[in-house]
Amino acid sequence: MSLRPSRFWGNWGQHCYDLGLVRTFTAGFKQGMSKERQTMIAKQFISALPHAHALGMDVTEIGDGHATITLPYDERLVGDPETGVIHGGAVSALLDTCAGASVMVHESLPLGTATLGLRIDYMRPATPGDMITARAECYHVTRSVAFVRATAMDADSSRPVATATGAFTIQTEKKGKS
Amino acid sequence: MKRPESVQVIKQRRDTALQSLLAGVPYIQFMGFKFDRRGDELTGVMPYQDMLIGNPMLPALHGGATAAFLETTAIVELSWAMMWDRMEAGEDVAEQRLPKTIDFTVDYLRTGLPRDAYARATVNRSGRRYASVHVEAWQDNRSRLFAQATGHFLMPQTDQNT
Repeated sequence: MSLRPSRFWGNWGQHCYDLGLVRTFTAGFKQGMSKERQTMIAKQFISALPHAHALGMDVTEIGDGHATITLPYDERLVGDPETGVIHGGAVSALLDTCAGASVMVHESLPLGTATLGLRIDYMRPATPGDMITARAECYHVTRSVAFVRATAMDADSSRPVATATGAFTIQTEKKGKS
Repeated sequence: MKRPESVQVIKQRRDTALQSLLAGVPYIQFMGFKFDRRGDELTGVMPYQDMLIGNPMLPALHGGATAAFLETTAIVELSWAMMWDRMEAGEDVAEQRLPKTIDFTVDYLRTGLPRDAYARATVNRSGRRYASVHVEAWQDNRSRLFAQATGHFLMPQTDQNT
């Protein structure tokens, strides 16, 4: 049976769960659908995550252990009213979402994932008014753990705003519920 | 001997200082974070809202919302500790600048449930330029943390400490 009976999607930060939408999402990647279609389904999926949606995140590219997610500038997310710089918490949420998304589209296609730990380094404040773009790469996966690095940038892509490294749980087929 | 100040005067001074710290930050308002104060001790509160959910089926809090809550609690605690002595001396602390996060490491221990979350931060070291803060978050049971974090912060440079 090439299609698994059920798939789980971590909420990146905590648990895994079964969701019809996720099945469609990840099964789609396995069947080699076009990049445009994958991106479209991923966009729908991210917008179904209430917190990602509330912050205005948008998936621009996803697949093959990589994900790119944008966060438009929004005055409600400002952390320093004197400068208009976005709060680090919003950048953390973006990096966490993006890192979790890259794990889900790793070629091993885990059944689910959840964040174990995430370290974020803040290099500089994001330029007020700029959209923030996060790119994550799931660069190594074992049977139970996925390792991810991610970078957040604003309009000046030569100098990162923040970088993150994280370890994520991996739910494999053997351990997975059916 | 000087008469102690009346309790109302003390409470109002402290609550006003805390509110001035929080009210100016749009993101704290957006996320709905609150802070309970007992003397100089602060407890961060993240009242439950649907928009904090990362997993609509479980449902569970988004790890990013948890991270943001921990980071905000750490920054507020650090700022509060910095301004306490000046505030108690009757100085104007409304212009207090916030420390900047250098790095922040979050350890996710349990699922964040769809209910209020609480956090308390401890300043482990606070120097002129850098500070190290640990923060713990729980929901129903103080001894069952659902997340904890440690971060380093760059202290705001004021005339006092440059």
